[in-house]
Order: sequence, then C-alpha cells, then structure tokens
Amino acid sequence: MGRVEGKVAFVTGAARGQGRSHAIRLAEEGADIIAVDLCRQIDSVPYPMSTSDDLAETIKRVEALDRRIVASETDVRDGAALRAAVDEGVAQLGRLDIVAANAGIASTADGTVGLSDQEWQDMVDVNLTGVWQTCKAAVPHLLQGGRGGSMILTSSAAGLMAYPNIGHYVAAKHGVVGLMKTLALELAPHNIRVNSLHPTQVDTPMIMNETIYRLFMPDQEHPAAEAFAAASQEMNALPIPWVEAVDISNALVFLASDEARYITGVTLPVDAGAIIKSR
Amino acid sequence: MGRVDGKVAFVTGAARGQGRSHAIRLAQEGADIVAVDLCEQIATVEYPMATPEDLAETVKEVEALDRRIVAKQADVRDQAALRAVLDEGVAQLGGVDIVLANAGIAPMGAENEDRVASWQDVVDVNLTGVWNTVEVAVPRLVEQGRGGAIVLTSSTAGLKGIGGDSGGGLGYTASKHGVVGLMRAYATNLAQHNIRVNSVHPTGVNTPMVVNEVMQRFLEQDPSVAGAMANLLPVELVEPVDISNAILWLVSDEARYVTGVTLPVDAGFTTK
Repeated sequence: MGRVEGKVAFVTGAARGQGRSHAIRLAEEGADIIAVDLCRQIDSVPYPMSTSDDLAETIKRVEALDRRIVASETDVRDGAALRAAVDEGVAQLGRLDIVAANAGIASTADGTVGLSDQEWQDMVDVNLTGVWQTCKAAVPHLLQGGRGGSMILTSSAAGLMAYPNIGHYVAAKHGVVGLMKTLALELAPHNIRVNSLHPTQVDTPMIMNETIYRLFMPDQEHPAAEAFAAASQEMNALPIPWVEAVDISNALVFLASDEARYITGVTLPVDAGAIIKSR
Repeated sequence: MGRVDGKVAFVTGAARGQGRSHAIRLAQEGADIVAVDLCEQIATVEYPMATPEDLAETVKEVEALDRRIVAKQADVRDQAALRAVLDEGVAQLGGVDIVLANAGIAPMGAENEDRVASWQDVVDVNLTGVWNTVEVAVPRLVEQGRGGAIVLTSSTAGLKGIGGDSGGGLGYTASKHGVVGLMRAYATNLAQHNIRVNSVHPTGVNTPMVVNEVMQRFLEQDPSVAGAMANLLPVELVEPVDISNAILWLVSDEARYVTGVTLPVDAGFTTK
C-alpha cells in the first residue's frame, strides 16, 4: 500500500530535476500524475532549460511504475493554459489531491540592483506568480473534491534567508512563504493543508551550471565543479555539498501523505542545516 | 522493509501518551527500543502521571511487534540514572541511533499552586531533562561513527507565548522555548558527525497530560485562553500517532539532510 495510494498529484516543472523526482516518488507511492513543464528557454535564464525530451522521459518513468500521467507543455505564467492543463488532467484521472508547485528558474547578477528589468520580471513571474497561478488553477478542484488536500509550494533556503546577488530570487522565494501561509489560513476549514519546502543546493541542472558556480565563487571566471562542491559544502552544516532531488521528494511525500494530516502552514527546510549555519 | 529497520531508539517518557506511541511506531518500522519513564508522581503535577503498569504495557506492545525493548524506570532529571539505562540498552541492543527526548510535564492549572516549586519542576523535567537525555546519548552516537537522529519534543508553546501566567505555565513556555535553543546548538555542534537534531511542536495531543481535569480547568478559567487554543484545521486535538509519524519521518533516512528544523505538528496553530 503506497503512502499516497489512489491520489492524483499536480506537479509543475515536472520535466526534470526536482519536479521529475517528485512525479516519480509520488507515483512509486501510488499516485497518478498531472505534469506540466514549459520545455522551452526563457531568454534571461543563463542555463539550458528543460526540453520536450525531458518531459517525455518523466512520462516514461511514471508509466513504467504502472501509474497514469497526463502531461503537457504549459507555462506556469499563463493562468488560462494552466487551468486548461489541470482541468484536462482531472477529467482524465478523476480527482485532485496533491499540488506540487515546483517550477522555478534561477539567474544571477553582479549585485541585485544590477539585475536587468527583464531578469527581475521573469523571476517574479515564474517563481512567485507562477506558484500563485498553480494554486489558482488547482484549488477549485480540491474544493470540489471535498476530501481536503495537500499543497506543497517549493520555496528555498533563500525563502527564509538572504543570499547576495540574487535579490529577485530571494524576494520571490520569500513571497512564496507569504502565499503559503495565507492559503493555509484560508483553506484550513476545508482540510486543505498548505506547506512550503526550503531546499539548500540540490543536484539538478538549475544548480549544476557555471552561472550558479560563479555565484558561489565570484572571483573565478570558469569555476570547476570540484571547487563548487567545496564552496557549496561550506554553506551547509552537514558535511555534504548538496542534497539530491529525491531528498526533497521524500519531504514532499511526507507532507502530501496522511502521515502529515495535521501539518499546515509550515516552512520545512531540507537544507543540510544551511539556515542554522547562517544564523 | 521498515523505515528504521535495524536501528535502536532511546525514548524518554515512554510509558504512555506520545512516548508510548513513538516506541510502538518506531518498532512497527523495525527499530528496537530503549525506554525510560519516571512512573511516579511529581508533587506539583496534579494530574496522574504514568505508572509502572503503563510502562509494562509499552513493553508488551513493542514485544508484540517482535522487536526488543529494554525498559527501566528512570528520572530524566537524574543524568547518571539515564546514563545507566542507556548503557544497559546499548549493551543488550548493540548501539543507539535515534534519541527521542519526549518526557515532559504540564503543571499549569494547579488549584493552590506553589509558583516557585511548579516553575522549578517543569524546567527541571522539560528542559534539563531534555539536556540530560541528549548528553548521555551524544558520546555514544559520536563514538559509533554512524551518524544519528535526535528529536526534541517541544510544543507550540516553544514558538508562541501561550501557557498562561501560573508558575507552571510560565515554566512550561520557557522550557519549551529553551528546547529550541538546545536543538539549534546541538544541531550546529553535531552536524560534523552526521548527527541530525530537530524539534517537533505539537498542538494539544490526545494524551493523559492534556485530557484531564486540571488542564480542563486551566482552559476554562479564562475564555480567551480556550479561543487562543483553537487550531486552524477543524480538529480539536491531534493523536499521538500524528507526532510519531512526524518523528518517524525525521529520524528515517528520508530526512537524511534535515537538521536544525522546528517542525510544528499543530493543525495550523502557529499559523493563525
């Protein structure tokens, strides 16, 4: 018996990285999946974003677990498209129980006021407004189901503390916490729980690229992965450079499951102690 | 395959309530248990505390799951006594991996309170007792060199200024806040050894510590208290197993990189 057996989960940013891992982990525990991902580049994002092939791989992996998946290339910034994707998923899979608002991007600047207007706007559009659009598309289905639900908003350690040179990311991820707490208040009478996750660096393509390496080592023009591991580890209290996507998924499965039936409004770090180390 | 298969958990306050539930839930997932409980009354506590029969019931329920348990009556205020129990548990069970500092008292609502005595007892049990529990376990965890997971049971009163204005209530709130400080300090100090330390913050739990006449009197003495005690989710009390499930997740390898975290299991109480 899986820990989310028979439930349906809506996962954004599901083509790769944490989103794919969430889809697979939830499917392993018995859930069917509604998956969306942009599968296109955003110009202000300095690393290659996911592709249609990535999303196809997520589909393959979920189906290999004998679970159903309804996947579409959808932009979390496009409320109407997102609603259509969720509506279609619920029509095919019959219900909605779990929401993983995971889609996000990263970019950096030489000082936060050095961000271009476009970098700022894209960040807030995807990492904050995209989360709101995800909730807006999903909540009517949770209410209609009348069985409660669990929404997990992916914030970041940067949603609880500051990092230099990514003020747009820090602001958007802090904004997710405000959204989470407000939705937790509003939806509690319906037994819909809302919590946020706060990862440290995760071994995904959003982090494992030269732009992010340079954020940690601004003095080096072409920092190497080995040097990044040392710099990254320095930020964590536990003696590890980064966590794996499955570690975030395991926290998400816990929050999504009935094991956490009375947990709501909580900011849950999966951060190897990065936050306690910084404070 | 259990989620904590082959591990050994040291649980204080294990005779009944949350502690018994933790012992059983971890045993269901494959752990052996070292259990302690005072099993005696403390003078400033007006509700009945656990008994030797309660601890015997925990032993029976763990053994019914085909897990081993070493259970002793010991006072968390007595560091030497705790160390002796853990030594014996480790000798019999082959180590310790998980530490649950759960034992606690709630001496608010007493009718003719000795404020000084109530304050002292609750701080001794709920804060110094937690410190004693971790202190006796840490050298073993470090020496074993296989990491470990420690969970300190705090409360919503460890995050908010609730608990009332009695000596016992103030001591309760102060001690539960103090547990957070201990948690963060140990998490920082022990991270290098892959020993994780977190705290849980339950709202009212359906246990004898909460569901009794004395607590009812405390809740009823001031109508504003009862309102302040209401949860956000439509549930009056959570069950011990809800706290156990959160702890199970925290101590399992699923949370292998979670440390220094205050985890409310509070039906939204601290979000209101």
